[in-house]
Amino acid sequence: MTRHDTLRPTRRGVLAGGAAATAAGLILPARARAQSGPQKGGTLRVGFTQGSTSDSLDPATFNNDFMLASGYAVFSTLTEIAPDGSARPDLAESVEPSSDAATWTFRLRDDAAFSDGRTVTAADVIASIRHHMGEDSNSGVKPLLEQIADIRADGDKVVIFELETGNADFPFVFNDYHLGIRQDTGDGTIDPDSRVGTGGYVIEAFEPGVRIELVRRDDYWKAGAAHFDRVVILKVGDAAARMNALMTGEVDLIDRPDLKTIELLGRNPNVKIHTQDGTLHYTMPMHCDAAPFDDVNVRQALKYAIDREQMIDTVLRGYGTVGNDHPIARTMPFYNGDLEQVSYDPERARSHLRQAGLDSLDVTLHTADAAFNGAVDASVLFSESARAAGINIEVSREPDDGYWSNVWLNRPFCCSYWGGRPTPGLMFSTGYAAGADWNDTNWDNARFNELLASTRAELDQDRRAEMYGEMQKLVKEDGGALIPAFGQYVSAMSTSVAMPEEISEMWDLDSQRFVERWWFS
Amino acid sequence: MSKIQRLVLGRLALGLLTLFAVSLLMFAGLEFLPGDLAQQILGQSATPDTVAAFRAELGLDQPPHIRYLDWLGGVARGDLGNSLASGRPVTDLIGPRLANTLFLAGYAAAIAVPLAVGLGLMAALWRNTAFDRGANLGALSAISMPEFFVAYLLILFLSIKAGLFPTLARIDMASGPVDALHATFLPALTLILVVVAHMMRMTRAAIINVLASPYIEMARLKGVSRRRVILVHALPNALAPIVNVVALNLAYLIVGVVVVEVVFSYPGLGQLLVDAVSSRDLPIVQAVGLVFAAVYITLNVLADIASMIANPRLRHGS
Repeated sequence: MTRHDTLRPTRRGVLAGGAAATAAGLILPARARAQSGPQKGGTLRVGFTQGSTSDSLDPATFNNDFMLASGYAVFSTLTEIAPDGSARPDLAESVEPSSDAATWTFRLRDDAAFSDGRTVTAADVIASIRHHMGEDSNSGVKPLLEQIADIRADGDKVVIFELETGNADFPFVFNDYHLGIRQDTGDGTIDPDSRVGTGGYVIEAFEPGVRIELVRRDDYWKAGAAHFDRVVILKVGDAAARMNALMTGEVDLIDRPDLKTIELLGRNPNVKIHTQDGTLHYTMPMHCDAAPFDDVNVRQALKYAIDREQMIDTVLRGYGTVGNDHPIARTMPFYNGDLEQVSYDPERARSHLRQAGLDSLDVTLHTADAAFNGAVDASVLFSESARAAGINIEVSREPDDGYWSNVWLNRPFCCSYWGGRPTPGLMFSTGYAAGADWNDTNWDNARFNELLASTRAELDQDRRAEMYGEMQKLVKEDGGALIPAFGQYVSAMSTSVAMPEEISEMWDLDSQRFVERWWFS
Repeated sequence: MSKIQRLVLGRLALGLLTLFAVSLLMFAGLEFLPGDLAQQILGQSATPDTVAAFRAELGLDQPPHIRYLDWLGGVARGDLGNSLASGRPVTDLIGPRLANTLFLAGYAAAIAVPLAVGLGLMAALWRNTAFDRGANLGALSAISMPEFFVAYLLILFLSIKAGLFPTLARIDMASGPVDALHATFLPALTLILVVVAHMMRMTRAAIINVLASPYIEMARLKGVSRRRVILVHALPNALAPIVNVVALNLAYLIVGVVVVEVVFSYPGLGQLLVDAVSSRDLPIVQAVGLVFAAVYITLNVLADIASMIANPRLRHGS
């Protein structure tokens, strides 16, 4: 574990979302699945890697799993990602787009009430969203809200959003963990320190970077949710300490066990290992406007010079799947399964080099374990496998500290990761569109940008599938991102912790909504 | 003013000067850290716009020397400022953590210091016997292993296998003093094992050193018992080096335990400091650094003063 890993977990995770759940992603004993429906009761004790003394209840500052899970438990969002990957209404009762997808009408539930008894109104929603907008906002969700031209209330229960341009994916925005709904204080603003929310739990104690204690609300309006009586989330930064605590039964659930020693956990009969496929992926972005990466043949040569299977087996210890140089996960809507899989092929890499007019290639790969756990090992492996193709990769190890401000986006070839997005549109707009802040490959492909613009407002699903399919092909064959692997989220828990058959795999632990969705069997 | 008063005052002034120098070094060191607080806090959700807004809000756009003088002025008034990351007053953040750290250090010291001095005395008393060799071997083995390894061994045997103590030292969730002592026993034991050897060996060496003096031989020739020779004649004269090494170890128990805190997930000052460094929360780093420096300097000054008082030549000087 590195400190940096714990600090910038959801670095680019502006938007949480769900990928379709696959039962194949779960390693669970049969008896855990055979349980009948959810049961109420019990205190769930969780040991989390993340969480920092600098955490606060101000939703604009949320940036780690500890605050995500706590935030979702206490403050409901307008929509939530369902296990099938779609955005379903949560605090909203219905969500209706106009035909050009530029005007969206959210109707709020009548029965949804805050923990102090007040029902939710359009004014609360508007104040909560506006908290993240405007010049002074330093909220992580600010860029996603820039598409909103106007928000207005229509009566007490209807909120209407006018967008700059049409966006068929707009409802996904509101699953974002920054956008939990708070109370309007009367002047159109929220109190960022307020603990009053509409979620299934209220905060009994909160010590940033140490622990939070949540107690279930008896008057929670949502049916079939919030099963645990109490939930205590502890920050336990050290992987060995987390695993020890799970083995001795001091906690019931931990995230990010150390993959090197996870087999020892598996030997304990009271512990089960849980994996989710998710959209997390590891990348090695090349700047398409910097020599030698400005030649597409050089980019393709490098893509064929990495041994993806070996990287998954050794660096990820088998907890991953092969990537195909585009950021769309198999479990996501609009995944293009017809593309040929890129595999390790030194001959083909050489022929790409020849097409670029080169006999050999010397490049420097900047790396640090801050990019992802094992990035340095992965880079060294890459350098070994590329040698067979006449490519000399010099691995330059950078300090973990400041990696994201000094290396990522600044060096022409480095290691990185993406937490993923719920839809291809959001993923492409954030990391691949020309001019996007986090376009870490400086890629500018006219056809791709044109397709991206036209998919945004397209409500016809077949047309979207076709266009997103072509965009994945373009990223794979022309783009600057080498995406060798998709990682799995791995967690471990007591065998008594139960979850629904289908869960949201977008992010770890039911996309961090386990507090209200899981139970003790 | 007596000689000893002058010496004590001199030590105190030197301590204050050291503290000031440390604060300056700390500030300079922080300036050289790569990265930027606004970037760290905003995560990579930081765009140039949001970063600029955040920097302005926190006053990070001011030049370093202005920020240092502002901070120093605050410290002089007892105001350590607000955390840049969470906006909470630094004193609120440090208070409970300092209490936790002092609790653990006090717990370990209350056992380790008498144990080490006792063992050292006995080792000197029964020099070159099986007891002496055994005590030395045990203490040196414990100190030879890195502290996290000692901690993991204790967890493995006393917690996972025997189930006697919890692996997470959640003092913040303890229900009472007995529960708190039970919850924090393993980290305390780890610290005890790490510090005992140093103090014990120094006690033994100092006593043995004094035992070689002519006045001890005189006492022996008078027929004074071995025990009395050591406790009444040798110990007071060996006190100065022992007090110094005890002070050094006490300081270590407070400022050097971050590894143990991490292994047992103990919410002490060390973890707060690590959190603060990685999120570039300068006011907290400075404040914790200052507390650590103050502890270190105070304990050393106290040790110096104690050894001066223990020294009859200084005590009775004109």
